[in-house]
Amino acid sequence: MDTFSKRKFIIAGIMLGIAAIFILRLFTIQITNKTYKQFATRNVLRKITTFPARGLIYDRNNKLMVYNKAAYDLMIIPREVKSFDTTELCRIVQLERLDLREAIKKAKQFSYYKPSIVVGQISPDIYAPLQEKLYKYPGFFVQSRTLREYPSKSAAQTLGFVGEVNQRIIDEDKYYRSGDYIGVSGLEKAYEKELRGIKGITKSMVDVHNRIKGKYNEGLEDTTAILGQNLMTGLDAELHAYAELLMTNKRGAIVAIEPATGEIILMVSAPTYDPNLLVGRQRSANYNILDRDSLNKPMWNRAVIGRYPPGSTFKLANALIALEEHAITPFDRFSCSGKGSKPISCTHSHVSPLAVREGIRESCNSFFWNAFRQIMNHKSNSAESYQAWRDYITSFGFGQKLNPELSSEVKGSIPEASLYDKWYTPGRWNAMTIRSLAIGQGEIEATPLQMANLCALIANRGYYITPHIVRAIQDTNRVDRQLSFEKKVVNISPEHFNTVIDGMQAVVDETRTLGATVHLDDIIICGKTGTVQNPHGADHSAFVGFAPRDNPKIAVAVFIENAGFGATYAAPVAGLLIEKYLNDSIVPKRKDLEQRLIETDLLNVAVVKKKP
Amino acid sequence: MEKRNNVWANVDWITISIYLAMMFIGWINIYAAVFNEEHKSIFDSTQQYGKQLMWIFAAIFIAVLMINTDSKFFVAFAFPIYGGIILLLALVPFIGTTINGAKSWIQIGNFLLQPSEFMKMATSLALARFISSYNFKMHEYKSLLILSGIILVPVGLIFLQNDTGSAIVFGVFLLVLYREGLNGLVLFFSFLIALVFILTMVLDPYITVITLTVAALVINYLMKKKTRRTLIAAGLFSGIFGVLYLINYFLQWSIDPLYFLLIAAALTSALTFLYAYVLRKRSLMIMIAIYFGSVLFAVSVDYVFHNIMEQHQRDRINELLGIQSDLHGAGYHVNQSKIAIGSGGFFGKGFLQGTQTKFDFVPEQSTDFIFCTVGEEWGFLGTVTVIGLFMGLLMRLIFLAERNRSKFSRVYGYCVATILFFHFAVNIGMTIGLAPVIGIPLPFFSYGGSSLWSFTLLLFVFIRLDASRFEQLSY
Repeated sequence: MDTFSKRKFIIAGIMLGIAAIFILRLFTIQITNKTYKQFATRNVLRKITTFPARGLIYDRNNKLMVYNKAAYDLMIIPREVKSFDTTELCRIVQLERLDLREAIKKAKQFSYYKPSIVVGQISPDIYAPLQEKLYKYPGFFVQSRTLREYPSKSAAQTLGFVGEVNQRIIDEDKYYRSGDYIGVSGLEKAYEKELRGIKGITKSMVDVHNRIKGKYNEGLEDTTAILGQNLMTGLDAELHAYAELLMTNKRGAIVAIEPATGEIILMVSAPTYDPNLLVGRQRSANYNILDRDSLNKPMWNRAVIGRYPPGSTFKLANALIALEEHAITPFDRFSCSGKGSKPISCTHSHVSPLAVREGIRESCNSFFWNAFRQIMNHKSNSAESYQAWRDYITSFGFGQKLNPELSSEVKGSIPEASLYDKWYTPGRWNAMTIRSLAIGQGEIEATPLQMANLCALIANRGYYITPHIVRAIQDTNRVDRQLSFEKKVVNISPEHFNTVIDGMQAVVDETRTLGATVHLDDIIICGKTGTVQNPHGADHSAFVGFAPRDNPKIAVAVFIENAGFGATYAAPVAGLLIEKYLNDSIVPKRKDLEQRLIETDLLNVAVVKKKP
Repeated sequence: MEKRNNVWANVDWITISIYLAMMFIGWINIYAAVFNEEHKSIFDSTQQYGKQLMWIFAAIFIAVLMINTDSKFFVAFAFPIYGGIILLLALVPFIGTTINGAKSWIQIGNFLLQPSEFMKMATSLALARFISSYNFKMHEYKSLLILSGIILVPVGLIFLQNDTGSAIVFGVFLLVLYREGLNGLVLFFSFLIALVFILTMVLDPYITVITLTVAALVINYLMKKKTRRTLIAAGLFSGIFGVLYLINYFLQWSIDPLYFLLIAAALTSALTFLYAYVLRKRSLMIMIAIYFGSVLFAVSVDYVFHNIMEQHQRDRINELLGIQSDLHGAGYHVNQSKIAIGSGGFFGKGFLQGTQTKFDFVPEQSTDFIFCTVGEEWGFLGTVTVIGLFMGLLMRLIFLAERNRSKFSRVYGYCVATILFFHFAVNIGMTIGLAPVIGIPLPFFSYGGSSLWSFTLLLFVFIRLDASRFEQLSY
């Protein structure tokens, strides 16, 4: 007799009970709880970014100024790493053991499953041996990248550099992710959107070992990377290199503009650096060195941020205004007593009295004081006259930023009448009070770019085109999209330009020093020197000029800090650049001059001077 | 009568149908779990799915063979079969092959056999033979000793082979012994200890203590139907705990709240015990003793495990219990497994659309974690279907066992049902985080010839015995 028959119910009950618990549990994890579904997509979906090559930058002769070279990042997926020979890996990638350990630790903190960069931007010559040995290091792989390369090693500040995005940029612009690159300065910054292209995203399904198992959603959500657009500039790479050579061991800036188009041919800032220094693994170390050089400030683009009193070069502007306002005629003469002149002494003795042509030639302070006084007395009161003068000056491009593409450009300074009202109270100031402006000193500040622009305006006899570096943007189909620029006509009659240009030609052809250093036999160069008084040290040497006189091809402004007379350094540098640009070579008799300029070391003199 | 003589007319086709259905569903899911783009054919014998099909055909062959065997053979040869496989098991350490750290396989030609898998059937036969023997009385000292021997000898041998998962399965024979008259208290306490132990291991001690308390209160209520008394006890417990917890919180003592749970449990137990003692309520006293004993057991197991033992000892215990060490931090595998099943939703992602299992996030996705594929690709519908199939099979087996007048057949039938049940409970429990990760297969689903054949053998011996239910009246 089976007395325990009823126990079958208990056994069956236990079984059904467990099954019921399971079903309840499955109900919660499969239906009520949604978090598992989110976990699941995070598990398998891997977004892989393809980086487009950054756009190239060409010079005016279609010569490459910036291109991309291959570089490689050594990546790590910490989960897959097995023990390996650290010494060998460190030797191959030229890394300290501690740095490697630190990088791996950082990668682990970021994620065990996602790749992180261990060593970024490995050059191809390191990559080759690394690739051969990579099989020994499970969990490591190499991702290809592109790095900027600057073949002419010049125009560093103008071209700018790229760097890794910081957190602020990532927060502001959704396009960027940690580790992306962005233009930090110069053209790289100004044309970031054109140059960077558009990143592509490939969504792949990956397994637990991060191996790609196929496309997600049949690739429907994938986007392909779009190449960056190329910049076609008006820069002359060869001339740039030559200009930088001439500026060796000097501090200053050069800007050259093609007057007819407004294209910037040269934009040199000295001291400069090799732009290739700010690329690749050494970037941050080199950046710190350059950034800390507080004396030379090599990363400053003095051509657009240097605020120099224009000095005597500014007399050209005053001459134009005085003629246009009929404050003087081309034949009005003023006398000069040389160093004894009042209220502004003149630098040297010369013929007297003299009219505007000779005034420009001799850079006569007395003449320009008189001319300026005439302008200031022309209207009913000083403030009104000053305002009229200021309107002319600003129409020449002073006191404003000329082109937003030059991202670091400063306005310079042409004071408002209200400033003098504030300083001297209204009605209590006149030509005498602000006489420094007559000779380009005092409260006015201009950038080398603005001075070059003034020169281009004179060369064009009355107008300038917004100066610009990039003339066209080449899209991915290699079709150029020409950029258009505003033509700005100034309210000065053409005959007045001829008067001033006569004076400028006389500067080069009729004065002793420039006749020897700047004058060319085959091309008429028109120019004006400047010796800029500088309260902080020795005078700055300045020169603006254009050539040829008819149908000018180049207008240039040169500023060399603490170099003394304009005629000594700035003028011959400009002369050589004009000759090089127009004739492609330097005549033998000027080779000595060239050599002397290259070898002149004004930087270290300045350093010595600063020491007590 | 012809019906009596034709064995095919008497086999239970319902069981066989469920069996075939399970193997088929298992095969489909193995295909999905390890699907290989380069070997798309489900019949590709270089892949696990192709091989599993061969194992299935071999299993069916074994099934046919069993049905064509004379049922008296199993009765007569129960002990010799048991002895033979014990011998084989004892030989494994000398002639065996090591796979996955367990030296439990014997290689015969290209086939790998795991004697421990067949030991389940042999032990079932031996148990059935012994219990059905004339004059067997469960509670005789000698009977218990022999029963323990029959069960513990193979358990010991399997433990020695580092195959703890298979050894633990033998614990389920307690259910069979219970059915045949073993004192219910043995089952109850074994169950309680196992439950508390698993709860402590899988969950943390806080949840264990709270679970035990709630369970005690619920059982007390169900048995005595005294609402007021239950509520007072519950109020006492939560009141004491709550006050202590708040004091701790506001005075910032930062004492482990586990102590408050313990104090609450101890005080509540003491007070209710006093109440029961005064009113001479013996059953209530026993229940309180069991409750407090369980709480103490859980807390001390946890304390000893985490505070006294060294890491290597903990690892040893985990290994001994067959709880697989987790290389990627707490519960990585279980978590991935839950993600796979949970992401299936109600209808599942569809056949071959699973990503978690296919892309190796889930370990052992074709063997121990095959249920993940079911959950991911077929959703709640799929998992409930599989659980339903298992319940159908188990209930049918209990029904078949009970309808046999032969005690041998009945005991053997219970052995089959309980072994399958244990595998079902531990395997699925593990994939949904309700049981520790013990590597045992899901019968008829998991990939692998050895386990499929041993379960087939186990099941079809019973089907054969059941088919002869009209012949054998004696045993």
